[in-house]
Amino acid sequence: MTDTLADHADSGLHRGEPLIEMAGVGKSYGAIRALRDVNLRVNAGEVTCVLGDNGAGKSTLIKIMSGLHPHNEGTLTVDGTKVTFSSPREALDHGIATVYQDLAVVPLMEVWRNFFLGSELSGGRFPLAPLKVRDMKRIADEELRKMGIVVKDINQPIGTLSGGQRQCVAIARAVYFGARVLILDEPTAALGVKQSGVVLKYVAAARDAGLGVVFITHNPHHAYLVGDHFVILKLGGTVLDKNRKDVTLDELTGQMAGGDELAELSHELGR
Amino acid sequence: MSHSVQAAPPRPAPSDSSNRVTLGLSNRLLARPEVGALVAAILIFVFFMAAAPAFRSAESFFTVLYQSSTIGIVAVGVGMLMIGGEFDLSAGVITTSAGLVNSMFCWYFGVNLWVGALLSLAFCLFVGFVNGYLVMKTGIPSFLITLGTFFVLQGANLGVTKLVTGSVSSTDISRIDGFGSLNKIFASSFKIGSVTVWITVLWWVLFVALAAWILQRTRIGNWFFAVGGAPDSARAVGVPVVRTKIGLFMTVSFLGWFIGMHTLYRFNTLQAGNGVGNEFLYIIAAVVGGTLLTGGFGNAIGVAIGAFIFGMTSLGIVYAGWDPNWFKAFLGIMLLLAVLVNLYIKRMSTARKVG
Repeated sequence: MTDTLADHADSGLHRGEPLIEMAGVGKSYGAIRALRDVNLRVNAGEVTCVLGDNGAGKSTLIKIMSGLHPHNEGTLTVDGTKVTFSSPREALDHGIATVYQDLAVVPLMEVWRNFFLGSELSGGRFPLAPLKVRDMKRIADEELRKMGIVVKDINQPIGTLSGGQRQCVAIARAVYFGARVLILDEPTAALGVKQSGVVLKYVAAARDAGLGVVFITHNPHHAYLVGDHFVILKLGGTVLDKNRKDVTLDELTGQMAGGDELAELSHELGR
Repeated sequence: MSHSVQAAPPRPAPSDSSNRVTLGLSNRLLARPEVGALVAAILIFVFFMAAAPAFRSAESFFTVLYQSSTIGIVAVGVGMLMIGGEFDLSAGVITTSAGLVNSMFCWYFGVNLWVGALLSLAFCLFVGFVNGYLVMKTGIPSFLITLGTFFVLQGANLGVTKLVTGSVSSTDISRIDGFGSLNKIFASSFKIGSVTVWITVLWWVLFVALAAWILQRTRIGNWFFAVGGAPDSARAVGVPVVRTKIGLFMTVSFLGWFIGMHTLYRFNTLQAGNGVGNEFLYIIAAVVGGTLLTGGFGNAIGVAIGAFIFGMTSLGIVYAGWDPNWFKAFLGIMLLLAVLVNLYIKRMSTARKVG
């Protein structure tokens, strides 16, 4: 897997340089304010962990970075230029690839077609140019094997795989196509312990290859294993924003479990 | 970093292919969308060979092919649109609109028929664009949007024809400039021995081959399946969903134009009320051919077989000397069977099993 990352990572990446900077970013869906005044930096060669409860705004945050929904407040700066992505294609063209929790794959399509969907290898630019089917099947199979997944048949519809396997295909795809920034939305939520371990190794490998990684999770233990920087969101706002050296696992866990509210609750329930 | 993260291969080594199973032949066949239709086509063919003596000649076989091609050319577009997850109920009536625009414009202004044909093409592509644009921008199901266009076109066909010609049929255009060359392209026939081959059969083969290539072997074809199977996921990985779907609607209206040209240059004059109901024949051909009603699954060969079944039965009943009124009942039964077979196949091909 390391060779994949090294092969596909943009060679112009320098550790620590900012790839994505969000300043005062907010997003409203009609009357609902899903996100307000969020500041976030994604640096090359670092893992930025975004934690938060359900409805905290984590998904909205990554949807802005990956181009699914444009933000309506603040600025999004990618590689030094201010942008507002109007489609995921634009984000991908900036080398930002995302693994979505809920939008992973097209169930009735074959595994290899899913792997290359949106970034197909074809013999030319004209509309009737043939796909390089053999190459695509080979690469998809190789990349999945590197993640420790052997599908029974690369031609089977992806809907026949288990949830965890589908998630791994989506991750392998993002790792293969994401040259600069890799965004993972709850990648370990549907996975068992072993597969979670594989995913975390991927996160570390992507960081070491110089990519900026945004790792969204519920699980502070997973976050603390790989994170360089931690942001906790609550009800659309930031409640914690610290570097690894300034924070302990206990503090993260405590904040995730409810933080001050929990302390208050334990006082009330004190026995 | 390679040493720290080098994938320690999980115990059943991933490179080991023992975990790999080749699907049994029957499962692989069943997973193909056109197999059910092919079996049905063979049964129906054998049935009419036995029941209708007039069916057994090469001449009638090519008449069946002609009949199939007039449905099949549009049906292949409708099939691709349905793979892309949308419907077009205006596909039948647009064939008449296409011919009427061409014929009346050229008759009224006295210009070369080629001008009218191109104008009609632009008109049809525009209708397809509007269908697609409205569906994508409003999020209203294509069933409703195209039902609207269907009625608009149906009414306009009759209304405008009555205004221009004073009756509900267009005037004969066979003496206007350009008729000969257009007739050659869209509605000529030639003889091989005693067999009459209509040029639409060749066009049909070409369009089906093109559609099959696009669906299976090109990037755009990949996108058709994706926007039908899971549009949100497709968009998230960078597929231009809006453009793809609008393109599909325009493909259908282009093929509708093509058949409109055929009808016009074959019969020289058109009844403004024609074409209504054909949209269902296209949809039936696509569904019988294994296209999934909910999108994301199907292929061009299957749709062609679906259209061929339509051609065989519509003529077979006549050749057998039965009351042709039964034809619609037969189509309905075919459709129900096809939907059942599709449902079964979808379950089979997505079931987690091998063997």
